[in-house]
Amino acid sequence: MAKLPELDYAAEADRIGERLRHLVFNELHRRGMVVAMSGGIDSSCCAALAVRALGKDRVFGLLLPERDSSGVSSRLGKQLAEHLGIAHTLHDITPALEALGCYASQVEALKRTIPEFGPGWKFKLAISDAMGGKVSITKVVAEDPQGQRIEKRLPAADYLQIVAATNFKQRIRKNLEYYHADRLNYVCTGTPNRLEYDQGFFVKNGDGAADVKPIAHLYKTQVYGMARFLGLPEALTTTTPTTDTFSLPQGQDEFYFQLPYPQMDLALWHLNEGKPACELATELGCDEAAAQRIYANILAKRRTTAYLHAAPLLAVPVPGFH
Amino acid sequence: MNRDIKQAVRHYIEQNFLVGADTPIADGDSLLQLQIVDSTGFLELVNFVESSFGVKVDDEEMVPENLETLDNIDAFVRRKLAAA
Repeated sequence: MAKLPELDYAAEADRIGERLRHLVFNELHRRGMVVAMSGGIDSSCCAALAVRALGKDRVFGLLLPERDSSGVSSRLGKQLAEHLGIAHTLHDITPALEALGCYASQVEALKRTIPEFGPGWKFKLAISDAMGGKVSITKVVAEDPQGQRIEKRLPAADYLQIVAATNFKQRIRKNLEYYHADRLNYVCTGTPNRLEYDQGFFVKNGDGAADVKPIAHLYKTQVYGMARFLGLPEALTTTTPTTDTFSLPQGQDEFYFQLPYPQMDLALWHLNEGKPACELATELGCDEAAAQRIYANILAKRRTTAYLHAAPLLAVPVPGFH
Repeated sequence: MNRDIKQAVRHYIEQNFLVGADTPIADGDSLLQLQIVDSTGFLELVNFVESSFGVKVDDEEMVPENLETLDNIDAFVRRKLAAA
């Protein structure tokens, strides 16, 4: 399959480093960066770029698992922190989420569609195939303690309740990130790649909140390339991205993106470069109508997630402020 | 009841997706292309259709040919009712 144009990773890492030093020290007047490390490629890459830019003594790592996180994420996060030689701490956010009713709210909504859902069950949300020309709809996939799976469409109100409850996870993590950022006089780092940033794959005031976002301009494929250039441990550069958000493992492409990331990267790149759908179709090996649906889906996601990018809007502008 | 399908759906869409909008939707307007209804919105719309007209919308029926316009929704619900 075709790939994105190669990036000069050394030059790009230098450029990002220069910008981070300027933004952190000169624009925001802080002394370092807090990076929450999920064990995924994006946060790993951000942490490594932060260390490259500011030095290991000015980067603080956070491992913030909860009961639905895979054990692998904390292990990889810790491995990275040790590899980078940065100060770090682990804070299990499960008790905070329990106190807020995150899990109870999820189960309450799930039980209305799957009454037998209870202890020992796991679940995830998944989107129906948008490539087949259907209207894209989210479903719940639940697994009973014996491993039997069922898949059901949720009423909109229950779907929204599950999403709202799940968003506690990203927002509680951001609370802790800012606790440490305030304590250390550091900035808080947002770790989206270009696909996530462009398509609004983040929680507003959750993982979407940050003072700096080092890799929002890099396609996911490029983030992997950057991670290899930075010499990150192989365990990090060879993992398949998951959301690590629900009790059942969930690929990013089954929850949000309509295609696996290499194809999504290509689609977004072709769209951004103004290439016609027929060229994308050739690259992906699909017909032109399917490529057009991919373009339409990307544009639709941009529209529907514009709200997530929007800063608070003033009813009446205040002179002297943007 | 059958006669009012399109009007009921139009009213639902106007009350839930077009609050404050000045332009009414035409029978053939694409709810997708005009950005009136997003994926969560379609979930709500299908809930509304199911509860209002007593039909069950199967997953494979959730295609633009059935749901994209008021005309399509009207025809789809009528087919479902006729087949019931």
